Amino acid sequence: MILFKHELRQGRNTLLIWSGVIAFMLGICIFIYPEMKDQMGDISGVFADMGGFSAAFGMDQLNFGEFIGFFGVECGNVLGLGGAFFAALLGISALAKEEKEQTAEFLLTHPVTREKVVLHKLCAVLAQIAILNLLAICITAVSILMIKESPEAKTLAWLFLAYFILQIETASICFGISAFISQGGLGIGLGMAALFYFLNIIANLTEQAEFLKYITPFGYTEGADIIAKGSIDVKYLSVGLVLTAVGIAAAFYWYCRKDIV
Amino acid sequence: MHAIKTVSLTKYYGQSRGIIDLNLSVDEGDFFGFIGPNGAGKSTTIRTLMGLIAPSSGTAEIFGLDIVKQKQEILPSIGYMPSEASFYRNMRAGEIIRLSASLRHKNCRREAKRLCRRLALDTEKKIGELSLGNRKKVSIVCALQHKPALCVLDEPTSGLDPLIQREFYAILEERNAEGTTIFLSSHVLSEIERYCRHAAVIRQGKLLISDSLENLGHTGTKKVTIRGVDAPPALEHMKDIRKNGDAISFLYNGTPDVLLKALAYLPLTDVDISEPDLEEVFMHYYSEEGKDFT
Repeated sequence: MILFKHELRQGRNTLLIWSGVIAFMLGICIFIYPEMKDQMGDISGVFADMGGFSAAFGMDQLNFGEFIGFFGVECGNVLGLGGAFFAALLGISALAKEEKEQTAEFLLTHPVTREKVVLHKLCAVLAQIAILNLLAICITAVSILMIKESPEAKTLAWLFLAYFILQIETASICFGISAFISQGGLGIGLGMAALFYFLNIIANLTEQAEFLKYITPFGYTEGADIIAKGSIDVKYLSVGLVLTAVGIAAAFYWYCRKDIV
Repeated sequence: MHAIKTVSLTKYYGQSRGIIDLNLSVDEGDFFGFIGPNGAGKSTTIRTLMGLIAPSSGTAEIFGLDIVKQKQEILPSIGYMPSEASFYRNMRAGEIIRLSASLRHKNCRREAKRLCRRLALDTEKKIGELSLGNRKKVSIVCALQHKPALCVLDEPTSGLDPLIQREFYAILEERNAEGTTIFLSSHVLSEIERYCRHAAVIRQGKLLISDSLENLGHTGTKKVTIRGVDAPPALEHMKDIRKNGDAISFLYNGTPDVLLKALAYLPLTDVDISEPDLEEVFMHYYSEEGKDFT
């Protein structure tokens, strides 16, 4: 528990800033909905006619006149992309920061096994992601109540679950990479998150690239699909879960063997 | 029992050398100095012993326990001070010291307080605000507060002011008197000479010699200083010839008979033949020709 608490303390400020910003953005998006709602009815038609462009963002299938449709896209961008960046940041720095800041020598010469270090750091990453999402859910719930909308709770829950898994997958893959690098790797992490996002956009644009949806976690977090189906697409999700496991396993395997120089 | 014993310990970083075939033993209760130039392999040896890097081949034991297989049993009894005193920058010195103790599941509050007072360390300051010397002090407290049976100290005094250095060695000597084994690497030869009972010299990854300080000083080599001539006699086994004003000095490790006969024919005004001091001996190990010095 000491290490877990230590990790949370180290990441406290980053967590506060990211969850604050994401929750604030979510709140803002929800609050502007009533004003946009009246204009939106017509806009949905416009988006539907825009073809490729709106398909890229999954807006062709969504009805912006309904709150959930609007939320699916806005939430997808704010919590999906923002959360993915945060998760990537956490994952990529979790193990590598000790070597970058030269604190690994201090930490690893105490009677703590490397397995335990990896486990506690992983738990701390997951806990921080959970805290961010809980805060996002709370802010969303309060904001929805305040604008007096009543979207279907089940669909909302699926959306939030999808974003949560997306963040865990991104964090786990970056966590795996983190074991192999000894410098910051911030660029790698943020690059990964951005890459995942754009892969999904490409997959949305052309059917030939649809296989990309298997690779990117944004494949199973597509708001439009979740709202239409009422659940997460298992075939994309299962690949994501495998990648998550591979990332975590790689971190354990390599970090317990690597030379700390 | 040996506190540290390495057998053919070897470490390569890919193709580049770390340490080669290192056979080192340090007795329990010893005050042991580990010396060698930069890049000789001191830190590699220490990091291997601490389990930070895995040996390429060979074995090492600390208190009879294997450093790879029984690392978790060894670590509680070691106090380690890395050469870089780096800590979590946003934490206070006191928090780091407490974190270190709690990672060892020990309450070291009293000892930590005593050490901080002796070393004049302000525990309220954040690591980011501390100078190298003060971070070194934090490192010392972390390495000593749990009263380990073995202290492994990698260049502990760099950055410490002379007063604190003296206090630090006083603490080490007290601990050593209580039975703690001290193993320290250093560049400061005078420190080794003053405090250590045994020392080992490492160069280019290989152990050159490991002996008591007394024996290291008596190498059979003589330092010869002569006056009254412009050039030293042409002898074998001479090195480090220096001209200092009207005096010529050199180190000689051949037979005295040959030396005296050669000197007898020179118009000398003064001659002095003495043991070289330890620092000179070490300097030779540092330099390329060191190998054939003994």
